[in-house]
Amino acid sequence: MTKRAVLALADGTTFEGRAFGATCELVGEVVFNTSMFGYQEILTDPSYVGQIVTMAYPEMGNVGANPEDEEAGQPHAVGMAVRSLTPQASNWRSKESLDAYLKRHGRAGIEGVDTRRLVRHLRTHGAQMGVISSDGHSAAALVERARTAPGMEGMDLATGVSTKTPYVFTTPSPDVFRSPNDPRPTPELRFDVVAYDYGLKRSMLQYLVDEGCRVTVVPSNTTAEEVLARKPHGVFLANGPGDPAAVKGADRTVAALLGKVPVFGICLGHQIMALALGGRTYKMKFGHRGANQPVKDLTTGKVEITAQNHGFAVDDASLKGKAVVTHINLNDGTVEGLAVPDARAFSVQYHPEASPGPHDARYLFARFAKLMAG
Amino acid sequence: MPKRTDIRKVLVIGSGPIVIGQAVEFDYSGTQAIKALRDEGVEVVLLNSNPATVMTDPEFAHRTYIEPITVEAAERILAAERPDSLLPTMGGQTALNLAKALAEQGILEKYGVRLIGASLEAINKAEDRQLFKAAMQKIGVSLPKSGYATTLADALALTEEIGFPAIIRPSFTLGGTGGGIAYNREEFETICRSGLKASPTSTILVEESVLGWKEYELEVVRDSADNVIIVCSIENLDPMGVHTGDSITVAPAQTLTDREYQRMRQASLAIIREIGVDTGGSNIQFGIHPRDGRMVVIEMNPRVSRSSALASKATGYPIAKIAAKLALGYTLDELRNDITRETPASFEPTIDYVVVKVPRFNFEKFPHADRTLTTSMRSVGEVMAIGRTFPEAYMKALRSMELGRVGLESPELPAEKEEREKVLHEALRVPRPERPWFVAQAFREGMTVDQVHALSAIDPWFLRHIEALVREAQTLADYGRVDQLPDDVLRLAKSHGFSDKYLGRLLGYPESEVRSHRQARGIRPVYKRVDTCAAEFEAYTPYLYSTYEEEDESPPTDRQKVLILGSGPIRIGQGIEFDYACVHAAFALREAGYETVMVNCNPETVSTDYDTSDRLYFEPLTIEDVLEVSQREKPVGAIVQFGGQTPLRLSVPLEQAGLPILGTSPDAIDRAEDREKFSALIEKLGLTQPENGVARSHAEAFKVAERIGYPVMVRPSYVLGGRAMETVYDAASLERYMREAVSASPEHPVLIDRFLKDAIEVDLDLVADRTGATLIGGVLEHIQEAGVHSGDAAATLPPHSLSPDLVERMKDQANALARELGVVGLMNVQFAIQGKTIYILEVNPRASRTVPFISKATGVPMAKIAALCMVGKTLKELGHTSEPEFRHVAVKESVFPFARFAGVDVILGPEMKSTGEVMGLAEDYPTAFAKSQLAAGVKLPKSGRVFISVKDDDKPAVVDLGRRLRAMGYTLATTRGTHEYLKTKGIETQMVQKVKEGRPNIVDKIVDGEIVLVINTTFGKQEISDSFSLRRESLMHSVPYYTTVQAARMAVGALESMKRSELSVKSLQEYLGVKPQLPARR
Repeated sequence: MTKRAVLALADGTTFEGRAFGATCELVGEVVFNTSMFGYQEILTDPSYVGQIVTMAYPEMGNVGANPEDEEAGQPHAVGMAVRSLTPQASNWRSKESLDAYLKRHGRAGIEGVDTRRLVRHLRTHGAQMGVISSDGHSAAALVERARTAPGMEGMDLATGVSTKTPYVFTTPSPDVFRSPNDPRPTPELRFDVVAYDYGLKRSMLQYLVDEGCRVTVVPSNTTAEEVLARKPHGVFLANGPGDPAAVKGADRTVAALLGKVPVFGICLGHQIMALALGGRTYKMKFGHRGANQPVKDLTTGKVEITAQNHGFAVDDASLKGKAVVTHINLNDGTVEGLAVPDARAFSVQYHPEASPGPHDARYLFARFAKLMAG
Repeated sequence: MPKRTDIRKVLVIGSGPIVIGQAVEFDYSGTQAIKALRDEGVEVVLLNSNPATVMTDPEFAHRTYIEPITVEAAERILAAERPDSLLPTMGGQTALNLAKALAEQGILEKYGVRLIGASLEAINKAEDRQLFKAAMQKIGVSLPKSGYATTLADALALTEEIGFPAIIRPSFTLGGTGGGIAYNREEFETICRSGLKASPTSTILVEESVLGWKEYELEVVRDSADNVIIVCSIENLDPMGVHTGDSITVAPAQTLTDREYQRMRQASLAIIREIGVDTGGSNIQFGIHPRDGRMVVIEMNPRVSRSSALASKATGYPIAKIAAKLALGYTLDELRNDITRETPASFEPTIDYVVVKVPRFNFEKFPHADRTLTTSMRSVGEVMAIGRTFPEAYMKALRSMELGRVGLESPELPAEKEEREKVLHEALRVPRPERPWFVAQAFREGMTVDQVHALSAIDPWFLRHIEALVREAQTLADYGRVDQLPDDVLRLAKSHGFSDKYLGRLLGYPESEVRSHRQARGIRPVYKRVDTCAAEFEAYTPYLYSTYEEEDESPPTDRQKVLILGSGPIRIGQGIEFDYACVHAAFALREAGYETVMVNCNPETVSTDYDTSDRLYFEPLTIEDVLEVSQREKPVGAIVQFGGQTPLRLSVPLEQAGLPILGTSPDAIDRAEDREKFSALIEKLGLTQPENGVARSHAEAFKVAERIGYPVMVRPSYVLGGRAMETVYDAASLERYMREAVSASPEHPVLIDRFLKDAIEVDLDLVADRTGATLIGGVLEHIQEAGVHSGDAAATLPPHSLSPDLVERMKDQANALARELGVVGLMNVQFAIQGKTIYILEVNPRASRTVPFISKATGVPMAKIAALCMVGKTLKELGHTSEPEFRHVAVKESVFPFARFAGVDVILGPEMKSTGEVMGLAEDYPTAFAKSQLAAGVKLPKSGRVFISVKDDDKPAVVDLGRRLRAMGYTLATTRGTHEYLKTKGIETQMVQKVKEGRPNIVDKIVDGEIVLVINTTFGKQEISDSFSLRRESLMHSVPYYTTVQAARMAVGALESMKRSELSVKSLQEYLGVKPQLPARR
């Protein structure tokens, strides 16, 4: 039997629906994503740690869940608000239903929500803390719980999700469409790359391997000296959750690496690089979360359709004289990419590894390889 | 990249008459393109033979050529207008084929015209399957296994690798004409033969069957800087094997993981780049194996299409408009998204609702045709519905279809168990138009999702939803009483798309009671916006759909508004003409200061373009859906007389529910439509109608027919397009008719009229205002005699054979009728003239099919004038007090879908069969007729052998025709009777055998290409059936045929006119004497 569930926001707004996944009470920052595909990648993206993701697209669970489409070993989002949970997962790779998947991982879901109202609310009033509960507590109590929960600003979430010990990663991206009898040739690993794990997605590492990188993933608090001692061809700054300014010591570490080794940053990695260069970041009203964001490469004039997931952004003015803005978002003009040519470093705010989203920007991994090749 | 400065004058080619596979969507795309080009200061020249389009209105393009879409006409236009560019991607396959021919024959080069949007090379690469295959291999995109053949022997050799079932696709045809699926060698040979014939290059593709694979489409847009975006993904509910135009389709794709979707997206990007579509939209179809995910590309259209119209409506992203601007050199990031205003067009729309499209078929018009859906398209129209979930959108779409079904009703099945199962299984396995209802029934019969999937190959995701709807319907029925339904159960049912009417049927209540209960419980729809961005940005365009959720985001304004009800899905008898009228109403009333509110569910149309009206409700045209809109919008009134029967049927209940109906009252409409009231009206005015009677039972029908005398015309009351209308020659045929057709419309009696032999039929359209003043728009004389449906008959404006006195008398009668009925708005009268007697056949106090034709020919926008009259303006105020005067003549010709329906007779009768029309404009009748024939795709022969076989009554009339044909150098072939008759008149003909006389006979000669033109008239049931194969083979071998002596006479005149001089071209603006506002030269 379906159980009633409530989603309460810190500003007092409540949404009623039915519980799915684990039936429990969970607190998180309520954000929305407008991607029509790839809910499993979104749920497992560590950038969503501590967040309740509202999916703007209403039909959810359509393709169930499978092991290849995970971006990490488990869902990082704490919960999910959807309009309609499908009664039938249907895809040749589906191993279990979304409901079962969330249950297995102790994540809560609420379905039957007027998600368009919720998205419009977040767009107008900003992302904010919220509670999903099917425990029958009063709406007022849940609102109070959301209101008193600590927010995302100033939270060092990256260190929390980062690996605790270094490890080596050499698995290329899975080619799920290829017959097992006809495997793709494994790439020759020409570059040693150190990847800072601020909450990275598996597909980033896979694409680095595809470009010939043997990747050593290190904890977010690894010092520059330790990294340089490994004599890498390049350093990769991964994505991750939360406020870049709160990732302890990361800006100073990256500042110490810049100029010494080629650096490529994505999302939180991009923001940390901006901070390392002396720039500033700020919290956006409701962020960019979707798979359809137009980004213009100012060096070529070409437009890429990009996957994005960030609630903070780099302040354009703060970069003056420190870095070149290479990419901008065509919707709102925010900084999407920067480069320090002398230091052989570049970074993008969006997600070239997509997952989910368009692959228009995958060439950036090759650009990094080229940079390392000299 | 900014706009190119070297593009100043562009020729746009339209798609010509509405045919299956090429319908109203190209009026939508063409209208958008022309507006976009004009906005950019480009001078626009348009070629389109279809007068019923909005795009051919004289104020759209600077120069509008309503001329045949042929190389000859196009060359003359190029010579006269000297445009610098040609945009070939807005007019479907027709425009692409013409552009290709112009390029290949060096004509474009001769006049210094460049193709913009798609180059010749790109067109060829996309359309020629051999080149396409090579291109796909180059970029590593898989195709189904296949090979080409130009002969039957080659084709048979291919089946060794490919096996059966195999798919046969002819190259360069529209909507897959001549193709099909063969399960065995015999079928294979038959289809290959027709495919080789249908292909202009005599080439067919024989392909591995991907039957049952999942089918997808992506709408792709590219700009000159090589930016590419996907506007929309579409998943077909009907798997591969059914033409996508005949499939139920859903947007966005539902059962793809991101990995699969991105693979398809990447392939699409690679394909559009490799094919080399420089700028604009393309659509690409894919198949995916349901069990291992193998992906193949099926085909690509390097132009806007039916799917791009659907994608535009589904997302709010105006593909044709953007494509037109990209063709001028703009890049996507330089163009704005109209809906959000703030953001650029260089993004991919993301939606937060589900869109379902359901095709509309007209098989009932072709009772002998096989109803199986194949890779050759047969649907004539479609509806689209928007809901927040699949069940909601699906249920809304099904009730938009106007098939008399309001939900998932049970189809008929035999009672006996074994037989029942057999029929049900077959109905699941073989795709036919009614399969959706059998799928639902399967769950009622206890079948599982897996079982239904195994038979139908429909994805379990869809099936599970349908199963859930069936279960929910049962649960709802179990409540027994509407007031026993708990609010949350009722609300959930509404959010799953259950209409009040369906709930009423399940519970045994009238719809009105369900509605009042529901509304009393405060369960009302909210309206959400289609905004391209899933609410990420503020939307400014009120393009709305209903759903049952919490937030309504589009409160009505307090302006004075008019509700305009559209015409729903296109079907034979209710075509583009009615959308044209609705669009005109919207334009005129907006200009007059009203807020215009459009309700319609047809995604192909101009009326559902988001900027045609101030507010667009994309909703089913049912009482429930329209009332909810009107109760919130509170318009001053609704216009129901422009959208054909669809809104007319709603007028009485809407008025009863308190919605004022603008213009002619529903009462007056009823007085004209109800046979008995109508007879009284005719009598009162002292007019004449054919002897007639009304039959409410079998016995009564025979009595009436005996009284009048056979043959008689029979039809159910309240129909459009002569649905189920027949000429009945004897009592046995009447018996059959009463058995089969009356069940088609049980609430209404059958009307029986005397058949007026050898009468001339006339259409007259007028506008009347509230003071009783009228404006006669025009009088159209049919070329075929009375008995051929007015929608099918060719006709001339002004009349070609009627005396001015007769015409005046008809006008007087029409005026009297309008005054007596109190018509405010449009009215159409159909007359039949027999000798000196004028009979009134029908009075239609509403927009008719002929309104756009007359308006175009005369330059008087009747629908606009009528809309203004309906809100209280007078003709005097509007300055339209006298009938338009003009010196040219216009000939209307109809086009028919017979070639798509194997085994169907092409003879014309009282039931309408045509899908579209063309106009021939000239200074004289023969030339205008010649143009109308060329425009309708009839290839009038310059020389050769003409076959004549006519019924006795017509024999005197063909003497003159025979002489004239001989004088022009044609030779004649005739059957015995005609041969002997002409011999007595001194005309030598070669005698050939009739089909029943043995072989070789006339049909053999047609098949062998020995006959270039057929004149064949018959009368009576036996004669018609005997000569069936003659007409059918003429059609299939593209031999022009005329089945009435009047049409034959026109055709002979046309041949003479073509011998005298080459056909010239002249723009509509020149005919009408209007000066186009040309853009300033910079």
